[in-house]
Amino acid sequence: MGKKVAFLQGNEAAAHGALYAGCNFFAGYPITPSTEVAEVLSAELPKIGGKFIQMEDEIGAMAALLGGALAGSKALTSTSGPGLSLKQELIGYGCIAEIPCVIYNVMRGGPSTGMPTGPSQSDVMCAKWGTHGDHPAICLVPASVQETYEEVIRAFNLSEKYRTPVMVMPDEIVAHMRERIVFPEKGEIEIIDRKSPTVPPEQYKPYDTSFGDVPPLASFGSEYRFHVTGLNKMQDGFPTTKASVVQEEEERQVRKVEGNADDIVKFEEYLLDDAEIVVVAFGSTSRSARYAVNEARKEGIKAGMFRLITYWPFPEKQLLALAKRGVKAFITPEMNLGMTHGLVKGCTEGNAPVLGIFRVDGEPINPGQILDKMKEVK
Amino acid sequence: MAFDYEKYIRPGKLPHIWCPGCGHGIVMKGMIRAMDTLGLEKNNTAIVSGIGCASRLPGYIDCCTLHTAHGRAAAFATGVKMAKPEMTVILVGGDGDGTAIGGNHFIHACRRNIDMTYIIMNNYIYGMTGGQFSPTTPHMHKASTTPYGNPDPSFDIAKLAIGAGATFVARGTAFHANQIDKLIVEAIQHKGFSVVEILDDCPTTYGRRNKFKSVIEMMNRLKEVAVPVKAAEKMSPEQLQGKVLTGVLYKEDKPEYCSEYQKVIERAGGGAR
Ligand SMILES: Cc1ncc(C[n+]2csc(CCOP(=O)(O)OP(=O)(O)O)c2C)c(N)n1
Ligand code: SF4
Ligand SMILES: [Mg+2]
Repeated sequence: MGKKVAFLQGNEAAAHGALYAGCNFFAGYPITPSTEVAEVLSAELPKIGGKFIQMEDEIGAMAALLGGALAGSKALTSTSGPGLSLKQELIGYGCIAEIPCVIYNVMRGGPSTGMPTGPSQSDVMCAKWGTHGDHPAICLVPASVQETYEEVIRAFNLSEKYRTPVMVMPDEIVAHMRERIVFPEKGEIEIIDRKSPTVPPEQYKPYDTSFGDVPPLASFGSEYRFHVTGLNKMQDGFPTTKASVVQEEEERQVRKVEGNADDIVKFEEYLLDDAEIVVVAFGSTSRSARYAVNEARKEGIKAGMFRLITYWPFPEKQLLALAKRGVKAFITPEMNLGMTHGLVKGCTEGNAPVLGIFRVDGEPINPGQILDKMKEVK
Repeated sequence: MAFDYEKYIRPGKLPHIWCPGCGHGIVMKGMIRAMDTLGLEKNNTAIVSGIGCASRLPGYIDCCTLHTAHGRAAAFATGVKMAKPEMTVILVGGDGDGTAIGGNHFIHACRRNIDMTYIIMNNYIYGMTGGQFSPTTPHMHKASTTPYGNPDPSFDIAKLAIGAGATFVARGTAFHANQIDKLIVEAIQHKGFSVVEILDDCPTTYGRRNKFKSVIEMMNRLKEVAVPVKAAEKMSPEQLQGKVLTGVLYKEDKPEYCSEYQKVIERAGGGAR
């Protein structure tokens, strides 16, 4: 028997990817262009005894998500720009209290209500810097329906492995386009669950670093009971203002992600071996970039693409290596006013010029624009 | 024999942060007595709070405790309860936490009638941040941000809860300490969203600005204004002027949220959780 195949929309694929990953809890608030995720899960979760709740707003949804996750669920929420802004305080809570959960955010035009049905890639900075304070950030940016399915699974795995909120952020085009998808068989993709404590209950500390940078997490309602707070905390979960402890804990929270960047950072190298012009692209823009690279090659231009699949942590090391190897120029096409452009400039340390193509008019970047930019490179 | 509060207190977590004369400790003791009466199992009980002096309470209780963000206790707790309906979930917090920044989650928890108990310590002020006015600060009273008197009208929390759909609503005071546990026991036993408002005091930031000379004076005021619902039935509107009803104010049987969701699961053909 062959593999199951379907023709799905990105958002529908996200919902099914979540189910494959073991998601059994969803809390959300409707917002275009992400609502289909909620609609699919409102139908599918009860079938497996899972929980679906439509909350009163995105803050409530994020709160319920964290509550559900602490009670042992694998929890997902879906939203878009304005909703992502509302969730920010509690995303920070998830980071400091180290609660695994997945936030699926479809990027639409912004700021504010912006263009509810227009595509955008302008939430990538919000994914990292939206909540206040230093904190870890993991953000995945799929470019196809199949990849959306797979990245949602990877997001659950990373959130469970590193005990932290993880974001998946397709742009509106990826979220709403329909493509063929081949479902993996059960067991084909590894599913990771949070590390549970093995110590006797009276010895359990929710942030016990003797188990490494990612301490085991028990669930509410289990044989373990513990305290959780959004205040800076000690290993036993209780608040502290002791300078050395706060410093250590803050550094560990960031280190557990940044220090494992090699495990989290995922990218595609397309025709990079001899590339003199490197397009750094992600999401639907990378589809135009691939087309442009192919066209350029036909014309004898040595172009290639570095496609980001993980946006945060940003693949600084890889891009710097490319720059140092000798590249005539980087090109960053993106549906925002230069967020990736700035990052690439920063991490390539002046080894090569970085040319930007920025679009925020709700229209996709087309291959012709990228090809034209390549031709500007001397 | 004196009641043993230590049974539910986390070893090593006292002394608490509350000021001398603060009513929050009286409420905590009432809550502990109620937990003991019901024999609540620590591992199966979640105590969830927001931010504020009142919201520091969970840290002292030896259960699954969750000190969330300002105003968000009801929403976090909803997630816990949905995920583990078999748990007893108790929310605690202040008037500001629950009726200002958390007002939306509060009314929707009432509307859903989800089986949790919300103990709201109404001291008429934002205590933790130094005494700014809250949605329950009486009209024309003084707070650090109403130096000329409070122009805002105030919420009646119990009416708000009833209007929003809570199916058990009670009110007590920090003065009537012996009643607190009884109200909480009844609230937890009730299947549905139950609200217990405790009129409380904050001598540090509210009392001193509003010419209360002492904690005793503040407590005496709670004693004076409180009228048990039964007694109120025999009183005229004139006699009830300026009084506040205490006891169980409202009780109704209505479908509970988690049970209703279980029916959704059954309709969808889903198995047990
Ligand atoms: C988002 C957010 N806004 C504001 C605050 C500041 N803040 C902390 S506690 C508090 C008021 C608490 O008042 P209340 O809930 O009545 O509790 P009390 O201290 O009186 O017991 C405020 C405004 C905060 N912590 N978070
Ligand atoms: S400031 Fe007021 S509410 Fe806070 S602990 Fe002191 S008396 Fe209690
Ligand atoms: Mg208060």
